[in-house]
Amino acid sequence: MNTQTRERDIAELSPGGWVLWDSTSPLEQAGAREDVALLGIPIARMCIEEFDNPRERILLQNMVYAGAVTALLNIDPEIAAAFIDERYQRRARLREANHHAFRLGEEYAREHFAYPLPCRVEPLEGTLDSIIVDGNTATAVGCIYAVATVAAWYPITPSTSLMDAFSAFSRRYRRDPESGLTTGMIVQAEDELAAIGTVIGAGWAGARAFTATSGPGLSLMQEQLGLAYYTEVPVVLFVVQRAGPSTGMPTRTQQADILAAAHASHGDTAHILLFPGDPAECFDFAVRAFDLAERFQTPVLVLSDSDIGMNDWMVPRLRWDDSYTPDRGRVLGAADLEGVAEYHRYADPDPDGVTARTLPGVSPRAAYFTRGSGHNRLGGYTEDPDEYREVVDRLARKHAAAARRVPEPVVERRPEAGVGLVTLGSGGPAVREAAELLRARGVAADWMRVRGYPFDAAVHAFLDTHEICFVVEQNRDGQLRTLLLESGANAAKLGSVLVYGGVPVSAGEVVESVLTRLRRREK
Amino acid sequence: MPSIAKPPVRHPALPVNELGLTERDYEGPMSTLCAGCGHHSVTAAIVRALWEVAVPPHMVAKLSGIGCSAKTAAYFLHGAHGFNGVHGRMAPLATGVAAANSELLLIGISGDGDSFSIGIGHLVHLIRRNLRMVYIIENNGVYGLTKGQLSASADVGSTSHWGTAGVIQPIDPMLLGLSLGATFLARGFSGDKVQLVPILKAATGHRGLALIDVISPCVSFNDHEGSTKSYRFTRDHDVHGTETDFVEPRPAILAAIGREGITDLTLHDRSRVRARAVPQGYDPTDRDAVGAYLREAHARGEVVTGILYVDPSRPTFHELLGVVQRPLVAVPYSELSPGSAELERFAQS
Ligand SMILES: Cc1ncc(C[n+]2csc(CCOP(=O)(O)OP(=O)(O)O)c2C)c(N)n1
Ligand code: SF4
Ligand SMILES: [Mg+2]
Repeated sequence: MNTQTRERDIAELSPGGWVLWDSTSPLEQAGAREDVALLGIPIARMCIEEFDNPRERILLQNMVYAGAVTALLNIDPEIAAAFIDERYQRRARLREANHHAFRLGEEYAREHFAYPLPCRVEPLEGTLDSIIVDGNTATAVGCIYAVATVAAWYPITPSTSLMDAFSAFSRRYRRDPESGLTTGMIVQAEDELAAIGTVIGAGWAGARAFTATSGPGLSLMQEQLGLAYYTEVPVVLFVVQRAGPSTGMPTRTQQADILAAAHASHGDTAHILLFPGDPAECFDFAVRAFDLAERFQTPVLVLSDSDIGMNDWMVPRLRWDDSYTPDRGRVLGAADLEGVAEYHRYADPDPDGVTARTLPGVSPRAAYFTRGSGHNRLGGYTEDPDEYREVVDRLARKHAAAARRVPEPVVERRPEAGVGLVTLGSGGPAVREAAELLRARGVAADWMRVRGYPFDAAVHAFLDTHEICFVVEQNRDGQLRTLLLESGANAAKLGSVLVYGGVPVSAGEVVESVLTRLRRREK
Repeated sequence: MPSIAKPPVRHPALPVNELGLTERDYEGPMSTLCAGCGHHSVTAAIVRALWEVAVPPHMVAKLSGIGCSAKTAAYFLHGAHGFNGVHGRMAPLATGVAAANSELLLIGISGDGDSFSIGIGHLVHLIRRNLRMVYIIENNGVYGLTKGQLSASADVGSTSHWGTAGVIQPIDPMLLGLSLGATFLARGFSGDKVQLVPILKAATGHRGLALIDVISPCVSFNDHEGSTKSYRFTRDHDVHGTETDFVEPRPAILAAIGREGITDLTLHDRSRVRARAVPQGYDPTDRDAVGAYLREAHARGEVVTGILYVDPSRPTFHELLGVVQRPLVAVPYSELSPGSAELERFAQS
């Protein structure tokens, strides 16, 4: 707890809470809260007394704090000790210093406070099959399993750790045993324009390629996302959302890039979006994103957010099915082309509106010219209205067909519920809890977490079977709601609960907002 | 990678190259550019050069941005894949294609607007990376497609079709390249196919980025009296820095570099470029001397052409990043997927 904000933090505490604070400098309003317990430890002073090195005096304060918390919550000290050993494996001096600081905190807490507190932490059987991981790391693992070989990026918070993790995994899993060289290429590009352009080039030439960015980078990629959409090149783009607009609050979380992603680029453009709800889904959806991008030959944007991407979540252990094979979509190889009199890139669509592509370097019969300018079904340049419309209408059919292939929504129903709560991404746990709490307040509510766009039929079925639904999302303008309305939802039956201050949504505020809105409706 | 299809039967009069293909096989559909546009001649030189070095057409990827120049990627090598992307972003596209498939020969066609203004950030980094590709700038001093605005290569004092004159210092891609560590720099003139063809052939054998600035007049907007990118001006002021002969691949490595007037450079594919220095003493491997010479010549109003600088020793982008030689698209799934057992290990960590 830092001295600048601690008075405010104390003011926000729930009654009955505890405050563990560094009492080296006294509180200004020590008596402000009678209803919370103040547990002061002179952490800074203890560190000055115990350590000589000025850096350690600062850095080890956290360890004193950790030791005190461990004692107060009755956490097994062996676990903490093992963690320190692992962390400072190769640095004996630091390891000892950390252990020492940890014990200082532990002992102080035992001697001065009624330890342990009535709440405690202990291992549970139920979590044995769970892991703790952040969404960016899980996404990177997904990209490895989806056999992505080309990645291009320009650093931006909060997506940077995704590429850091992918680079680290690539050192292990993208290595040619014979030569020791790498079987992947990671390009740290000069900007996001270059990052997306590189991914498009690689996707066009047949590699599974991706980039990761956040709001400002998504803005820079717009023109080329339209190019990939119109020329039908598979692209996977991970957008780890942060609070906008502009530079906004880079370290704060939001879901405010939904519309910018759905229609990224000028002209009539619509993309496939996936909304993972936790790191486990980040892993899963990364793999699905590559399959969808190649099946539909188009960009797929996976929208997580700072909360999912950067924070550790407890999720079910990641699982991999070894029978998986990548869905490369309709790609004609040299043998397929043998029987083809003349190959045309955008002719002969399948029922989903997808046409067959070819890759360069495969066969002399495969050649075609890709252009972002007006083209007809043969791939030739055109300005003819009918020829132009034929292609863009097929693109619309193709996008609509993707609704059947994106992940279906997660739905939980209760008998007789007239109210539906709709959310996406990191909003899931809070909204689920809100539905639970609403029951105690006399409101039976179902909830649904949307996981893909274009919307699966089950999304509309959920909306249709409730008198009123509230879309709970983390942006100012109700972007998911707008997208639902655009897709045919009934505006009169679709309300909004908007939480957009940059911190994750809580169940309590959802409950209060829903109750207020329901009361207003009754009047 | 797959082999080349059997060449179709041809009129016996048409000469064939090593692959049994005629020059026709390296052509493309009819051009829609203005009659007399310099870009046509560049296309013709590319066709001739690629035919002569006998590249299998389907092993080429043609890339471009947007502009009259960019359109020309469609007008040669109908048997190759081509990608006409967005304005100024050819370099990233090329980086991605090369990343996926390092066996392809990348031929990029750009314009002075495409490369020196909207796309200069990418060009700069492409040069630094030394990505293996042939990068041709069809340089006409204007934005032809948008009707003749002066570009960043327009000389100070050179007048536009609309009467205004250049007032800002131009960008010279050769000097830019030298300062960024380029490994192959050449300048040609679309009106001089005799010189341009061997330059292009040498470029296809270079193992890094071959940057070729081709003065390619725009007859509609920049070919008038007062323009320094007109046919007339270029013909009158063209000074050959080097005369280039192209020596077909041969195993013997010969690289007698010196100031004797002749420089033999052995390229990646073991072909050689024999650059006869004009004037005497020009050494296309001496970076500082080349830079000084180009600056002096520019001050005299000369347009120096030829293979101006070559350094075949520097590593390519793939080598710098330690990427395998075989194309990444050819690495099988089984080699790339770690399998379920490894995921278990991840859960433990
Ligand atoms: C983002 C964007 N901005 C502007 C344009 C308009 N535009 C098309 S080509 C061009 C300039 C072309 O000049 P150059 O690259 O020199 O090619 P040239 O036509 O002279 O061969 C411009 C400004 C565009 N297509 N895209
Ligand atoms: S406008 Fe100029 S550059 Fe464009 S095609 Fe015509 S002559 Fe060539
Ligand atoms: Mg131009």
